[in-house]
Amino acid sequence: MHKRFNLKAWLLLLPALLLLFAFTHWPTMRTFWRSANWAKTDVAEPKFVGTENFALLLDDPVFWKVLENNFWYAIGTVPTSIALAILMAIWVNGKIRCAGLLRLAFFTPTILPMITVANIWLFFYSPDIGLFDQLLRSIGIDGPNWLGDPDMALSSLIIMTIWKEAGFFMIFYLAALQTLSPELYQAARLEGAGPWRIFRRITFPLLMPTTLFVLINALLNAFKLVDHIFILTKGGPNNATNLLLYYIYETAFSFLDSYYAATLTVVMLVILALIAFVQMVLFDRKIHYK
Amino acid sequence: MTFMNIRLQSLSTISAYLLGFVWIMPLIYAFWAAFHPPEYATNFSLTAPLTLVNFKSAWNQAPFFSYMLNTIIITTIILVSQLFVCTLAGYALAREKFTGRGLALGLILMQLMVMPEILIVENYQTLSSLQLVDTHIGVGLPYLASAFGIFLLRQTFKTVPQELEDAARVEGLSGIKMIIRVFVPLAFPTYLAYSLVSISYHWNNFLWPLVVTNTEASRPLTVGMAIFGAPESGVDWSVISAGTLIAIGPLLAIFLVFQRQFIQSFMQAGIK
Repeated sequence: MHKRFNLKAWLLLLPALLLLFAFTHWPTMRTFWRSANWAKTDVAEPKFVGTENFALLLDDPVFWKVLENNFWYAIGTVPTSIALAILMAIWVNGKIRCAGLLRLAFFTPTILPMITVANIWLFFYSPDIGLFDQLLRSIGIDGPNWLGDPDMALSSLIIMTIWKEAGFFMIFYLAALQTLSPELYQAARLEGAGPWRIFRRITFPLLMPTTLFVLINALLNAFKLVDHIFILTKGGPNNATNLLLYYIYETAFSFLDSYYAATLTVVMLVILALIAFVQMVLFDRKIHYK
Repeated sequence: MTFMNIRLQSLSTISAYLLGFVWIMPLIYAFWAAFHPPEYATNFSLTAPLTLVNFKSAWNQAPFFSYMLNTIIITTIILVSQLFVCTLAGYALAREKFTGRGLALGLILMQLMVMPEILIVENYQTLSSLQLVDTHIGVGLPYLASAFGIFLLRQTFKTVPQELEDAARVEGLSGIKMIIRVFVPLAFPTYLAYSLVSISYHWNNFLWPLVVTNTEASRPLTVGMAIFGAPESGVDWSVISAGTLIAIGPLLAIFLVFQRQFIQSFMQAGIK
């Protein structure tokens, strides 16, 4: 029974579509509109400026710095969290003692708010009295200035992000590992394959769909996770840890320029569209069991 | 197993425990600092005396009670609305046939990519024109419909056998009644999974609440903690740790009690 117009279905969808229209589709369209306009304040009448905001953007060294940071942030967080997540899942899924406790330890950062744990990490990273510098001093090394040194600060953020994310991704690998058949492993062992070979030839290829799913989520997070910046560095020193979303926030709510913030948001939307496109292509190819 | 393999095995086991310890250490540290006098915050002596004084000063220095109440109210508003909105939409997409279904699904799934966090600039403008800045409902609004929830419930509702729906129809059930009496009970594990994921997401959410709240009247714990923990506030590590434990306490307690369900839920939510 295929109805052309199904009133009941649309009524059921109405609340969801209305809310999503108001807070996803409409603001997306408004972002594009705003990026082509400018006014001194939010109450003043905006005037159409065409691509002027984008010309400004191309000349803005902070914008390029932020993009570069975001690139390294993604490179730094995504592969390492995924590798650690796989390792954790294999450990927890294996015959290790206290696997439940270990799983709990790995997973706990996932349910803790980024903003409050950042306060604890701020102590770990503080120069001299911080935990990391104290530990390093006890083995005779002068610790770096984790958050104050522009060459070090982004790496410090990356380390904390990996800590926050890896246990979350572990869960998906754990779910996938539990669906793999034990016979496959028995057979491989009978053939005399070592642990590394088993991982490379059996486990890793079979986990490919999960890796894709996690990869996309990790990429999205690399652009979405900025909470810890508010506590640890506020984007500094000298924009060394400023990321695109944080810059959007600063522009809109500290520098009060919603038009330029919208222009930056357009760049973010383009990046997200690219990620969506990559996802479609990858999932279309269906990297599955050969 | 060869000697080499056994050594590799124990090396791997030791690394596992070591990494587990590193992963839980920030939380252990927070407990250490919170329950010991400030002079032991950076001095790990086993003879350090225990105290609750940090909790007392944290509690007195920030309105934790209002923050927590705000977080609970906001999280509840969001969850209740999400369950309602997502059930209806999920059912329509799973069980009704109509022109434009693919389009509707596509429009909904857009939110998975363009998350409300990205649209803070425009959504703030909307909220201020609705005069809903600094209200509980304002913090909730962009999240009241969830593409993730709709998709999850759609997948679950799709697995309900047609015969069951037909039988219920013969019994005289239809429309909303059918959804409530047949589909909702069958999808209970999905609801539980989704609820746990949603609660922990919104308990921890920061950026949008930061943008849209100005006062104690609506500020949730995360935003309160950001102000409380700011170096300018001059609060010491021990008190910050105590505050952190107050802030994450309820969620952590629920998590530890329902650990298995939590982890199962995140797993289930991810697989669909």
